[in-house]
Amino acid sequence: MKYFDEYRDPRLARKVVDEIQRAQTRPWVIMEVCGGQTHSIVKHGLDFLLPQGIELVHGPGCPVCVTPLEMIDKAHAIARRPEVIFCSFGDMLRVPGSDGDLFTIKSRGGDVRVVYSPLDCLKIARANPSRMVVFFAIGFETTAPANAMLVWRAYKEGLRNVSLLVSHVLVPPAIAFILQSPQNRVQGFLGPGHVCTVMGYREYEPIAERYQVPIVITGFEPLDLLQGTLMTVRLLEQGQAVVENQYARVLGREGNAAAQKLIYDVFEVGDRKWRGVGSIPKSGLKLRWEFREHDAERLFDVREIDTREPEICISGQILKGIRKPHDCPAFGQQCTPQHPLGATMVSAEGACAAYYTYGRHLKKADLVQVAQA
Amino acid sequence: MPDSAQAPTRTLNSDEPESMPGAACPLPIFDHKQVVLGHGSGGKLSAELIERIFVPAFSNPLLDKLDDQAVFEIGAARLAFTTDSFVVTPIFFPGGDIGELAVNGTVNDLAMSGARPLYLSSAFILEEGLVMEDLRRIVNSMRCAAQAAGVQLVTGDTKVVNRGKGDQIFINTAGIGVIEGAVNISAANARPGDQIILSGYVGDHGMAILSQREGLEFEGEIRSDTAALHTLVAAMLEASTDIHVLRDPTRGGIATTLNEIAARSRVGVRLQETAIPVREAVSSACELLGLDPLYVANEGKLVAIVGRAGAQEILDRMRRHPLGTDACIIGEVTAEHPGMVIMTTGIGGSRVLDTLFGEQLPRIC
Repeated sequence: MKYFDEYRDPRLARKVVDEIQRAQTRPWVIMEVCGGQTHSIVKHGLDFLLPQGIELVHGPGCPVCVTPLEMIDKAHAIARRPEVIFCSFGDMLRVPGSDGDLFTIKSRGGDVRVVYSPLDCLKIARANPSRMVVFFAIGFETTAPANAMLVWRAYKEGLRNVSLLVSHVLVPPAIAFILQSPQNRVQGFLGPGHVCTVMGYREYEPIAERYQVPIVITGFEPLDLLQGTLMTVRLLEQGQAVVENQYARVLGREGNAAAQKLIYDVFEVGDRKWRGVGSIPKSGLKLRWEFREHDAERLFDVREIDTREPEICISGQILKGIRKPHDCPAFGQQCTPQHPLGATMVSAEGACAAYYTYGRHLKKADLVQVAQA
Repeated sequence: MPDSAQAPTRTLNSDEPESMPGAACPLPIFDHKQVVLGHGSGGKLSAELIERIFVPAFSNPLLDKLDDQAVFEIGAARLAFTTDSFVVTPIFFPGGDIGELAVNGTVNDLAMSGARPLYLSSAFILEEGLVMEDLRRIVNSMRCAAQAAGVQLVTGDTKVVNRGKGDQIFINTAGIGVIEGAVNISAANARPGDQIILSGYVGDHGMAILSQREGLEFEGEIRSDTAALHTLVAAMLEASTDIHVLRDPTRGGIATTLNEIAARSRVGVRLQETAIPVREAVSSACELLGLDPLYVANEGKLVAIVGRAGAQEILDRMRRHPLGTDACIIGEVTAEHPGMVIMTTGIGGSRVLDTLFGEQLPRIC
């Protein structure tokens, strides 16, 4: 497959791994920020290829995982209403709230629909003028422009039966938050390629400078990730705390100006709660006042829902890179994708679910077999 | 928390660290009070439904084998018997329609025991308002598919439900076939050293349906592979009767099928990712949606697990058959890691292919 096979060549991969080995003189802990990167690493078994001493830890960049439980409960409260057509990206449907998931609500008669683009909601709203179409707008800067476009077009068209339940989060404040933690182990970052396609990487430069860490904006294919790791290791070895761009075939320093304008025309920065982490100042997006008619939280009066998360799993520490999925005694035992105890087990991009799906719940002897298979 | 009320309380072991206080799980949604779509996915939820509801109620030696068909003897004849229901939306899709699928699906379930399909029944559940011309088209394609497969539709039934109580048309078919010659094919028969043959490209049907259903831009390029596979099976059996397992990897794709075989035969499965043929359009569409083609449905492919000695002969014979021109060996059966499917990835890493919980869900980004 063109544009993929080039980045999945085993001979080139071997070469990059050898170069990492040559560049490395001591152990390093590197965080891949984005859930898509985690998924790719585990799916292709890249962590088995890396030299010993290069530890990849998995960051907070899984939009499903970091959506707080109370927001899920708000979504469910809205989706249960008979006048609502609740639209969502597919992987939110299995995320458990305090009482079931969206699949359960659907089985009880709720009108829950999977959409592939937020703009599909416009079609649904036009076809169902007497019903309220609510889109669950979650995700990072990557999904924000399309979600902003939905609001903007609904606003222009006067489609009053379109609204958004917004739980958007931003990457740079999360990275800064991780680096401020006294338990932080992360020494370098593979930055989020998709997010930076929209935002560019200018805003990561002060973070690299202030916390003295290298950040390499990295893509998602196996060779992207290996090359990003190589670039990060070289910067770490040279003691250079700068931002570099591995994903130059896709993005530049300034990002997509039109998409950024659209985001900030519709949204403004505000404080946000992150699941497993807590509230981070100025780490999210909320709808601007002009678009309040499209704000589902306001329209359905679910602002009072305030679910307290039971302290049962270590997903907060996993999201911050302090611990790994198999450090948790419940991992693969009490906690599986069938019985998720916490956020990181729910989405395919969550570190725990990725580990589980690709066999990392196995005993060590079995893992050795996997590595040798 | 109605969903968790019935769930067993999960207590943690005493030697676990303090970060895991002994709390009951607030989130189990495995013990459903109502049926959810995932129960029909072919994944773990489907298996749970079968194991907890159907097998205990109907248990008998034939059913308990959990093959895609029951095989039994009446007098001197060895017969295979199966049934399948078809609820696909949309009812017409690139490469076929629900009628063709209903014939081929049941023919294939018979063929996977090595049987020659003979007779089918067909029951129609029609929704009030179904366009008569659509019904005519569907029935006509059933006629063509049956003719092509050399089977006859010998009995049937029709019911009509109120508008809104069905999805245009549901079709159930049952089939009966005869097994001639000394073949013993079952998902429990894989042995270490066996070779795993796949009859062609995977994921075509599932992605054709998805692209049509969701109105995605790549529609048209991808066509369903729906086909009756019994003549391919007959050709394979001519080459060698040392065929241990035959399955058509429908819902859940080849990953789910191979997991079932690994579990039922208590063997390990080792695959080579680079050996598994996936069309470019299918793999692009899957990349776009965040789906894995190895879990996507097929309707005209088979997986054969065969003795090593006869594997090449079977493969050569398959490649001369129009439905097996792209057949290839994708891996082998091992004594190690029983119950697990492990794949060497294209990049040289490895990963476990597990059975999915429910349906594959498109990822956000």
